[in-house]
Amino acid sequence: MNHSATSTPEAHSRQVVLDRLRGRAVKSPGLPEIDPDQLIQFDDRLTQFEQTLELVGGQSHRVDSPQQIAEILSELEEFRSATCIASTVPEAVAPTVDLNAIDDPHDLAPLDWTIARGEFGVAENGAIWIDGDTLPHRVMIFIAQYLAIVISREQIVDQMHQAYMRIGTPKPGFGVFVSGPSKTADIEQSLVLGAHGCRELQVFLLP
Amino acid sequence: MLPIVDHPEAAKDFVNNVPRSHWHDDALWFVRVKRDRQSQSLPEWEYLREQAATIKRHTIANLGDYLQEFEANAARLGAVVHWAADAAEHNRIVHQLLVENNAHEIIKSKSMLTEECGLNEYLLEQGIDVVDTDLGERIVQLRGEHPSHIVLPAIHIKKEEVGETFHEHLGTTAGESDPQVLTEAARGHLRSKFLGGDVGITGVNFAIAETGGIVVVTNEGNADLGVSLPRVHIACMGIEKLVPRFHDLGVFTRLLARSATGQPITTYTSHFHGPRDENSELHIVLVDNGRSQIRDSDTFRDSLNCIRCGACMNTCPVYRRSGGHSYNATVPGPIGSVLGPSRDPKAHKSLPYACSLCGSCTDVCPVKIPLHHQLLAWRKVLVGKRLLNWSKRTGMKAASVLFQHPKLFTLAGYSGRTALRILPKALTHNRFNEWAIDRDLPKPPRQSFRAWYAKNRTETQPEDTK
Repeated sequence: MNHSATSTPEAHSRQVVLDRLRGRAVKSPGLPEIDPDQLIQFDDRLTQFEQTLELVGGQSHRVDSPQQIAEILSELEEFRSATCIASTVPEAVAPTVDLNAIDDPHDLAPLDWTIARGEFGVAENGAIWIDGDTLPHRVMIFIAQYLAIVISREQIVDQMHQAYMRIGTPKPGFGVFVSGPSKTADIEQSLVLGAHGCRELQVFLLP
Repeated sequence: MLPIVDHPEAAKDFVNNVPRSHWHDDALWFVRVKRDRQSQSLPEWEYLREQAATIKRHTIANLGDYLQEFEANAARLGAVVHWAADAAEHNRIVHQLLVENNAHEIIKSKSMLTEECGLNEYLLEQGIDVVDTDLGERIVQLRGEHPSHIVLPAIHIKKEEVGETFHEHLGTTAGESDPQVLTEAARGHLRSKFLGGDVGITGVNFAIAETGGIVVVTNEGNADLGVSLPRVHIACMGIEKLVPRFHDLGVFTRLLARSATGQPITTYTSHFHGPRDENSELHIVLVDNGRSQIRDSDTFRDSLNCIRCGACMNTCPVYRRSGGHSYNATVPGPIGSVLGPSRDPKAHKSLPYACSLCGSCTDVCPVKIPLHHQLLAWRKVLVGKRLLNWSKRTGMKAASVLFQHPKLFTLAGYSGRTALRILPKALTHNRFNEWAIDRDLPKPPRQSFRAWYAKNRTETQPEDTK
């Protein structure tokens, strides 16, 4: 905080709030450490991941090569008819949009598909960690009508504790766990896929 | 100051519509059952609750230090941290930021804090319209209502009513009530709002002291879309949203969605560490608004553990039947009945009584807030503050006199038994006796317990007391 700000009402409030909190000492329990032995572990993390992903509305495919990804996608009508594709996995799907040539994220509004790379999956909840550093524009994950994520099937952790340990110290910027397609149940608890983000999530599991 | 609204009075219309009350009850129980399925799928569920409660207690005890650690780390990442002592200051800060950025189109994802502060109304008075982008919140906003639940804002509204609202505001076909079609219409309508937004406002689910980052979770992707397009992101958070360490998120992301909607995790769990790029801005507004006072109380401090999952509402027999609006508070249900009186005991004095003390809320709470104990404790506080209403106060006084005078007690018992026997139903069941609505009076016993005891136990001592 700079010097000129110390006399502003906000700086005053900052002091007021901190004084209130410091004015009353409260007995504090120690900060606990998680005991890994207490946590669920799956015999077959990959299968668990696939099953959970299906439960949350996503679809998964075990593939042996990036070419196979293109083959599976081209069987989908919504992919065949796509004209605007962003891809950070060019060995699987060639992009139609040059992401590096785009300055304004609004220009990605017409995106039909985004093909992105995931770092790892989480067996207990079907979530995939996407590192923002791999995305020229983070909006590509949310604005595309359909989303495909490519991860290695060797890279599946059991649960979120392992997931956060694996991320370690987060880099400045952005990172997101994606578990299934965008959804809502705000109208009478009826589940509808495709709220504001992707209508469909295809996950490709490479060796 | 809020008008004093009695919960039973405010719930009357909702409760009297029996089919609707049952429909509401069933909808929430459905969510509760989904929650049970998820919590039971994890052998470590109770262990996680214990960890979460301890982490939160530790954080709240050391809140001043953690807030400063967060502030320093967030600033290092390029975010601007603002401090608001109360709701009015929060609103002024946000308004100022909007003016500085010449912003007219505001897109906001779900934030109970901005509801608590009345941000939308405040900005509207300043001529700035805010579009709520969560589907449920957009529905209630278009209807000129407020959310009736913190996770499921439109849980009280039927799909036919949503259809009418969308027909009026979004031009959908009259009579359309298919959730799929209505959601698609909202998607199209809100896409244009997202693309036209000058500033994105979000709440915060967790803020991490150690890293200076914030976490926002949604299923719809509205928070993420809303802040990935405009240059400016304003994140508003209560000061209790902190966790000390990055890996503490492991505990809370496992508990939150399972408790809230019975999902293993929300669709999107977004982690923001600093602004998007050098041309963008991230502002984080830290709001006290009464939280530090709650922290002062040994009895009610644990209510600051709350991660706003709504599980206590979904399980509460009173909430399920009376609807969220009957609480006349931003946060309804059991946790709202604890937090409301903390904010304004007089305005919310009836809420701690909107509770049967069944304890189900305490059992499901993922951060182990002893909710029903706190509701009982509030009743004591309200009596101490002389805020108990007249009928309860007189009743309590009368009972006290009765129990202090054995002869009077005997006489009252005799009169009661006799009255029950001889009074005609027309006299006991009339509009002056509210208790007798839907209830029958008990059959009077032939004799009092004392008379029975005198007859059966005074001549010969029972075996075991010799």
